Amino acid sequence: MMNRKIEIWFFIGSLMSIYGLLIFGSGIYYLFVPTTRQVALSDLHADIWWGALLLILGIVYCVKFWPFGNDKSAA
Amino acid sequence: MGLSKRLGVSLSFIIASAAPVFAETSHRTAARLLSMAPIDWVIIILYFVTVLLIGFYLRKYTTTGEEFFMAGRKMTAWVAGLSFISANLSSLETMGWSAMSYQYGMLGAHAYLIGAIPAILFLAVIMMPFYYISRTHSVPGYLKLRYGEASRSLAGISFTFMTIMVSGVNMFAMAKVMQLLLGWNFDVCIWVSSITVAVYVGLGGLLSAVFNEVMQFFLIWLGLLLIPILGLIEVGGWHKMMTLINAQHPGENFTSLWANLGSASSNPMGMHWTGMVFGLGFAVAFGYWCTDFLQVQRVMAAKSLRTAQNGTIIGAALKMMVPLIVTVPGLLALAILTQKEGITLVPESVAQATGAPSYNDVLPLMMARYLGPGLLGLGITSMIAGFMSGMAGNVSAFATVWTYDVYRPLINKKASDSHYVSMGRWSSVVGVFFAILTAYAAKFFSNILVYLQVLVMFFIIPLFGVVILGMLWKRATSAAGFWGFLAGILTSVGEFIYVHVFPSGFNPTQLNPAHAQLIALSPLAQDMAVNMYSALWSLLVSMAVTVIVSMFTKPKSDEELKNLVYGLTKIPNEGPTPWYKHPNFWAAVVLVVLVVVNIIFW
Repeated sequence: MMNRKIEIWFFIGSLMSIYGLLIFGSGIYYLFVPTTRQVALSDLHADIWWGALLLILGIVYCVKFWPFGNDKSAA
Repeated sequence: MGLSKRLGVSLSFIIASAAPVFAETSHRTAARLLSMAPIDWVIIILYFVTVLLIGFYLRKYTTTGEEFFMAGRKMTAWVAGLSFISANLSSLETMGWSAMSYQYGMLGAHAYLIGAIPAILFLAVIMMPFYYISRTHSVPGYLKLRYGEASRSLAGISFTFMTIMVSGVNMFAMAKVMQLLLGWNFDVCIWVSSITVAVYVGLGGLLSAVFNEVMQFFLIWLGLLLIPILGLIEVGGWHKMMTLINAQHPGENFTSLWANLGSASSNPMGMHWTGMVFGLGFAVAFGYWCTDFLQVQRVMAAKSLRTAQNGTIIGAALKMMVPLIVTVPGLLALAILTQKEGITLVPESVAQATGAPSYNDVLPLMMARYLGPGLLGLGITSMIAGFMSGMAGNVSAFATVWTYDVYRPLINKKASDSHYVSMGRWSSVVGVFFAILTAYAAKFFSNILVYLQVLVMFFIIPLFGVVILGMLWKRATSAAGFWGFLAGILTSVGEFIYVHVFPSGFNPTQLNPAHAQLIALSPLAQDMAVNMYSALWSLLVSMAVTVIVSMFTKPKSDEELKNLVYGLTKIPNEGPTPWYKHPNFWAAVVLVVLVVVNIIFW
């Protein structure tokens, strides 16, 4: 986008990947160690699939806008 | 009174209007609404680390005035559009309009439809060429070119004052919200958020602000989208939700966009459709979206005129989607909170007296209902990002207008570019400092907030009247621009005073129904209706005075108005464009979608 080394999309992808990993991981953890704070529809395990979605989206952004190595064109 | 005490679509209004609410809620004894797990803390801390890293990283790319104040004018349409719309998507926007939807039902969605889209498209197609071709740094800068120094100074000084105040109120509201929801310390919230904002805006200027706004857009959607998804699954879909709302409110219509606006007595807002169309859709929306520099600055920084126009139209399309994460949670709460949790939300004044949850607690309550550990951290982070992004947007706009429209013309005309960049960096820090003072003033003198909540209306709405006449009518004169703007400001202030005057004296927190009737055409008018009609009258006064004064004063020559006025501005040829990439085509598409959405939810 702005003709510079690291695109905003890469920052967003990185943050989404880390958040996705954390939320997905905590979802798996709470699958085995139930939390004391129950939420509605907890049986749907939204944290697991939402975390996975974030992780996948984040990885897609990171790969597409990877700033190191080949010179990428601006977004 | 809830967050709705404002004109409607303006982020600044939401920030400003929400503040008294949270000032009041500080007296409530309600337990904190949300409790966090360690994973939630990790997610929040990661956000702060990321924005600071971005600020340090961008410093080396912001060494000239164009780079610091206008992000180098290199932004693509998507970045410009996302930033444009994110600057308006603060946490108080999301919390405020969710509360509105609980209070007024579907009417709350108008802020994202007629209260935004026509004005944004007008900005893209009609006004953007003038802003862009004039190569000005700001809206007051355009006033200087079109009307002269007096109008620019009036707009520049009022704008710098306003942005600092609004930034401070945003800061105050964030600290109050976090204190109320999570039990965080007020002072720590103020200082951590303000130092973070000062660092990253001071380092990277508009570029930092834009980066964080784009990031905030993603965070808000990722943090809040699960609420409508899970909520609609729980109630059994959209129609079931509407059936539940109607069953719980017999005789009232909370589920229509237009069908209940036939008279002021047939809807919970106390407003006739004319107020929605001409007040919100015309005066407020056009004033805010077309002349609030905080918004316009984002798309003025695009790399070409076509990019600026397309970015604005992308913003319009994204704006129409926001009700999904704002209006729907409010409607869901209306449908299920009482039924499932036995909670009925009440006006803030009642909440203050009883400790019951208020309309303003809708979104936090829905977060608490659906978001478990980790997801709650993401939701809270999205709110923090929204607050800080609002502060940063105001501070970066303040730095630009202060440096180019106050400091350079009035104090130091002949300094080097590097001097102005340095001034921009330091004014960002000083701006944050004054915002902190405002936040503490708001804490100790909560009545200040009542005045701040209409501050934007005082300046922005009349400004639109003057700017649009200047763009479309070459006969408008320099003197007319100044006097039209001033008359509009005085009208706004006068209306505000008038509706709050009682035989016993002035009370800024209460409406006098008799006076409100004169302004809003109905004694049933609530604050929002009064604000919308007030905006309309102040806009009409500013335009009328501009026209009348123009008739008796000498206009500028055509040569002086070149590239500033319709008919005297040649749109640059940016090369052949296929029809499917033309701004007008996409503006028409968005307009058609707007009409269809209104018909579907009529």
